[in-house]
Amino acid sequence: MSPSWEEPDGCWAVGDRDQEQLPFSALLEDSAEDLYENAPCGYLSTLLDGRIAKVNQTLLQWLGYRREELVGRKQFSDLLTIGGKLYHETHFSPLLQMQGGISGIALELRTADGSRLPVLVTSTVKQDSDGQPLLIRTTLLDARDRRTYERELLRARQEADLERERLQRLATTLQRTLIPPALEPVPGLEVAAQYHFASPDEVGGDFYDLFPLAPGRWGFFMGDVRGKGAGAAVVTSLARYTLRAAAVSDPVPVTVLANLNSALNREFQEDEPRFCTVIFGLLTLDGEDMGFHVVLAGGGHPPAVLLRADGSADYLPTPGGQLVGVVPDAQFTTAAVELGPGDTLLLYTDGLTEARTPDPGGRYGDEALLEFARGLAPTSAPGAVEALNELLDSFGEGLDDDTALLAMGVPRAEHEDGEETGAERR
Amino acid sequence: MDVRKRNRVTVSGRDSGPVVMLAHGFGCDQNLWRLVAPVLEERFQVVCFDHVGAGQSDVSAWSAKRYSTLDGYVQDVIEICQELDLGPVTFVGHSVSSMVGVLVAAREPKLFDRLVLLTPSPSYIDDGDYRGGFSEQDIGELLESLDSNYLGWSATMAPVIMGNPERPELGEELTNSFCRMDPEIARVFARVTFLSDNRADLAEVSVPTLIAESARDTLAPREVGAFVHEQIPGSELVTLDATGHCPQLSAPEETAEAIIAFVQGA
Repeated sequence: MSPSWEEPDGCWAVGDRDQEQLPFSALLEDSAEDLYENAPCGYLSTLLDGRIAKVNQTLLQWLGYRREELVGRKQFSDLLTIGGKLYHETHFSPLLQMQGGISGIALELRTADGSRLPVLVTSTVKQDSDGQPLLIRTTLLDARDRRTYERELLRARQEADLERERLQRLATTLQRTLIPPALEPVPGLEVAAQYHFASPDEVGGDFYDLFPLAPGRWGFFMGDVRGKGAGAAVVTSLARYTLRAAAVSDPVPVTVLANLNSALNREFQEDEPRFCTVIFGLLTLDGEDMGFHVVLAGGGHPPAVLLRADGSADYLPTPGGQLVGVVPDAQFTTAAVELGPGDTLLLYTDGLTEARTPDPGGRYGDEALLEFARGLAPTSAPGAVEALNELLDSFGEGLDDDTALLAMGVPRAEHEDGEETGAERR
Repeated sequence: MDVRKRNRVTVSGRDSGPVVMLAHGFGCDQNLWRLVAPVLEERFQVVCFDHVGAGQSDVSAWSAKRYSTLDGYVQDVIEICQELDLGPVTFVGHSVSSMVGVLVAAREPKLFDRLVLLTPSPSYIDDGDYRGGFSEQDIGELLESLDSNYLGWSATMAPVIMGNPERPELGEELTNSFCRMDPEIARVFARVTFLSDNRADLAEVSVPTLIAESARDTLAPREVGAFVHEQIPGSELVTLDATGHCPQLSAPEETAEAIIAFVQGA
């Protein structure tokens, strides 16, 4: 009896050993040949040229061959399926020669009756006393069960990939419903908008719209719901239709925001609080000088930027405006401005100003945006959005939140036909 | 595009000697030449490279479009030759790369001094009198095994299949790494390798050509070597006393000797 059989687990007490040793030893001595022939795995020895030199009974049974049909007559690769044969010649055999061994390779055997048997193959090169390769020893394990599990795993992974694609499509579709497919044309006003998605997997929380209220009067808004995903989408959807409905019943901007605030407080009272930042504006056509009178109300949203015809640019502060949906009696502030020919009003979400810059911990920031706007003015609505698109692209990976842009500009005086239509690009 | 980085081009051996370029086939990478290259380096300048998608090539340079025919590989060899600018080389192509060599020789003959085709097969599929080694019946199974993307890959591909290449404990990191390839890339490369038919291109080769076949090769049997020899005008044929499709591993001395004798015009 070889000591190596009992040493590793070391569970034999010295006293027990003498008593147990005799019958145990007899069993093992009896089984040396039997262990090879009837082991629970296939054994195969091949010469270096691949010819089969020795094979055990287990493998013969699996294959349905008689010993004399294989030994000296066939090569290991003859026992493989076509795909297995190609793999054997192009991967298995070179690796075996380079490494002296290869383990756990999944192949399929072709049995005598033509059926396939999945196996896991391990081979080592036995060397002679001079270190020269002598023969190849191969062990084959029945891998039918394992193959089934692996197929299942592969299938599950393919399904997961499909699900992810489906989710992305769903998120993209949902997102499209939250921003208007096309903005309502406003005579005498150029409009441009853009939505930058930070992630294809999630619905972002930015939203905007521009819509007619009465002859010569339009409402518009730009907002950002905190958070992402389905929860944010619910708030976004509620905010959008509440803003539009509230504007119809009473278009005074602070009143519109107060109504949205009430709705959000009512709807999400019990749940985790849901809130957003919004700028709501009212555009009134000023027929005499081809311009518009704009009243803005801000609720915690980054201030709009006015890029004037004279080349100057400034924020339109709506200070002190509170987040919408946090407290029942939130206060909102108003700003008013005249939008004349050559002036452009820009609204955006904080994805722009919060974009990471190459400096460690650096963010793009309000000052940089103002500098950028001053360099840009005077411009037009499409011009402003185009320039900002380039700016956003330049952030690359630094743009980690969704960003929406909405620009409205009165064309310079030469456009007197009143046929300017909203230009929107996606 | 950094061609040297893309194909992980390595140059070794004697600066002033004739240039021998070694191109590996489907399966592993330039490591396949490791027993032959040192012998050649004593006499020649030796250029090795990995095909895009294999070994330590720049995998990001791989695209199904470029590499779903041999043209992408042909273009790569032409670009490597132009980038290195070492003058006409002796191109040694193993297995599918022998056909890459044939196509480059036909398109840009001035790039090659000589051509060595190691265990070449212009087509693996039997067709009329032509014996490629695989019957029509085999083709269905062949295609299925390529498409199932499954056979044999378990150990070599485990980290990739698991999608966790950054977690080597899910697969042995070093073992089998010479022959590791993304399963999708391997599938496309296998298709190109085993389904291309380049028999008609052989007659276009005008540079001196040596066909070095293996005496016992189940993928490229001796009839195929004879066919290639017959089709390439003025070619030489040697039969290496080797077993298997990779004589550069199973009979490296003989393989190196055959290349040396041919390059030196003996």
